[in-house]
Amino acid sequence: MSKKQLGKRLIQIVIVLFGISFFTFGLTYLSPGDPAEIMLTECGNLPTPELLEQTRHELGLDQPFLVQYTNWLGKMLKGDMGHSYSMKVPVIDKLKTCFWPTLQLALLSLLIMIIISIPLGILSAVYRNKWIDYIVRAFTFIGVSIPNFWLGLILLSIFGVKLRWVSVAGGTTDLKSVILPAVTLAIAMSAKYTRQVRTAVLEELNQDYVTGARMRGIKESTILWGHVLPNATLPLVTLLGLSLGNLLGGTAVVEIIYNWPGMGSMAVKAISCRDYPLVQGYVLWIALLYMGINLIVDLSYYYLDPRLKEGV
Amino acid sequence: MKKSNIFVKNKQFTIFLILALVVVGIAIFAPYIAPMDPYETVMTESLQEPGDKYICGTDKLGRDVLSRVIFGTRTSLTMTLCLVAVIFIIGTTLGIIAGFFGGMIDQVIMRIADMMISFPGMVLAIAIAGMLGPNVVNAVIAIAAVSWTKYARLARSMVLKIRKNLYIEAAVITGTKKINIILKYVVPNMITTVIVTAATDIGSMMLELAGLSFLGFGATAPTPEWGLMLNEGRAYISKAPWLMIYPGIAIMIVVIIFNMLGDSIRDMMDTRQE
Repeated sequence: MSKKQLGKRLIQIVIVLFGISFFTFGLTYLSPGDPAEIMLTECGNLPTPELLEQTRHELGLDQPFLVQYTNWLGKMLKGDMGHSYSMKVPVIDKLKTCFWPTLQLALLSLLIMIIISIPLGILSAVYRNKWIDYIVRAFTFIGVSIPNFWLGLILLSIFGVKLRWVSVAGGTTDLKSVILPAVTLAIAMSAKYTRQVRTAVLEELNQDYVTGARMRGIKESTILWGHVLPNATLPLVTLLGLSLGNLLGGTAVVEIIYNWPGMGSMAVKAISCRDYPLVQGYVLWIALLYMGINLIVDLSYYYLDPRLKEGV
Repeated sequence: MKKSNIFVKNKQFTIFLILALVVVGIAIFAPYIAPMDPYETVMTESLQEPGDKYICGTDKLGRDVLSRVIFGTRTSLTMTLCLVAVIFIIGTTLGIIAGFFGGMIDQVIMRIADMMISFPGMVLAIAIAGMLGPNVVNAVIAIAAVSWTKYARLARSMVLKIRKNLYIEAAVITGTKKINIILKYVVPNMITTVIVTAATDIGSMMLELAGLSFLGFGATAPTPEWGLMLNEGRAYISKAPWLMIYPGIAIMIVVIIFNMLGDSIRDMMDTRQE
C-alpha cells in the first residue's frame, strides 16, 4: 500500500467512525426512555419533576440534538466517554477491564479454529470428492447450521453438569474456564473457515503451474507444500483478520452462556438497563478495533505479496 | 428441459423442497398438530420429564414443550421470511437505484453500505434491538438494518454490468421511460441471482433471529420461540435438560433443511461450476 492509499484508507476510517458515532448517538437519542429518569432511579432517588428538570439540564438533555451531538463528540475525541449509569464507573475504565477477557477468548478460539480448519480444508481439497472430503463437508455443514448458543448449552451440560470438569457458574477467567467458550466459538467459525481453506487450495490446485509441475514429474507433496500452500495463504490471511474482528464483536452469546466477564456480556447487560454511555462506548470501541484489524490485514498483504510492492 | 424433469434431475433439491414444505406445513397447521395449547399453564405439572403424557416434557410453568416447539416453527418461520423479504426488497431496490442512476445517490447509498459493512453486524443488531425495546418486530428491524447491504452491493454490481448492454442503450435512445427500463429490462436480468442469494440466506437469518431472542432482544414471553425457550430453559440446565434439547434440535433441523435447499438451488442455477 502506497502512502497515498494509506492516507485514503485512514480518511475513510475517520469518515466511517464519524458516521457510526452519529448513528449510535442518534439511536440513543431516539430510543424510548428518559436517560435522566433512568439515572435518577439507578442512583436510588425519587424522580420528582423538579429533580428531573435539573438532571436533564446538567446532562445537557434540554439542548437541541446537534448541539448535544457536538458536545458529546468533542468529549469523545478527548477520550472522555462519559460515566456509565449502572456501573458508576467511567465508561473507558469499564471497557478496559472487559476488553482483556474478550481478547483472550477470541485469540484462543482463533487458535483452535486454525488448528481444526487448516488441516481439514487442505485434506478435503486434496482428496476432492473422496470419502474424506465428504466427511469434512458434512462437518462444515453441521457446523454452520448449529446455533452456537445451543452448542454452548450442550457442552456446558455435558462438561459442567454431568462431568463437573468446569464450574457452571463461571465468572472467572482462568485457563480452565476459557476452554469451553473458546471451543464453542471455534466450532462454528472453523466450519466456515474450513470451506474457505478448501476453496482457496482448490483454486491454486487448478492453476496451470500445478499441471506444469506435475508434467515435469515433480513429487505431488513438493507441489503441495512448496507451491500450492504458500500461494493459498494470501487470501486466508485476509479471512483470518476478518474472523478476528468478527470474533471480538460476536462473543456476546457465548459470554452470556458461560458467564464470561468480557465485552459481549457487558454490552448485553448495559443494553438491558439502558446504560446509554456504555453502549455507545462499546459500539464505537468495537468499530475502531474492527477497522484497525482490517487495516493491519491490508498492510500485511503488502508484505506477503511482493507483486503489490512492485506496483504490478 | 421439460418442467417435470427438474425434480427428477435434481434429487437433492426435490428432497429438501419437500422437507421445507413439511416445515411450512407444520407452521401453518400448528394448532391441529400440537397435542396441547402452547400457552396453557398447569402449575401442578411443572417440569415434568418427557413421558407418555408429555412427549417432550413440560417447562417451569407446566406448558407442553412439544406444542411450544411446534408453535415455535410458526414464530421462527414468519420472522425469518419477513426479514428475508424486507432485506431483499430494500437492499435490491437501493442497489438498483444506486447502480442505475449513479452520481450523488450512488455515493450516499454506497457510503452508508460501507459504513455498515466495516463493522461486525451482530454488535449493531444487538444495540438497535436493545435500544428499540425487545419485541419480534424490532428484532427484524435490527437485523434488517445490518443485512440489507449485501443485497444492495450485489444488485448494484449487476445493474452496472447490465447497463453496458446494447439493448439498454437502444431503450434509452428510443425514449423508453426510466422506470420502464428498470422494470422491463434491468430487473428480469438480475433478479434470479438475487433470489438465489436470498434463498441461501434463510438459514443463517433464522439463526441470527434465534440468537437475538436468546439474548432477550427478540421475542418476548410467553411467545413460543425457540431462542427464547432455550433462554428460559438455561436456568434448569441440570434439573430439566429436555427444556434445551428439543428447541435446539428443532432450530438445527430447520436450519439444515433451509441451508441445503438454498445450496441446491444455487447449484442448479450456477451451471458454470459444472
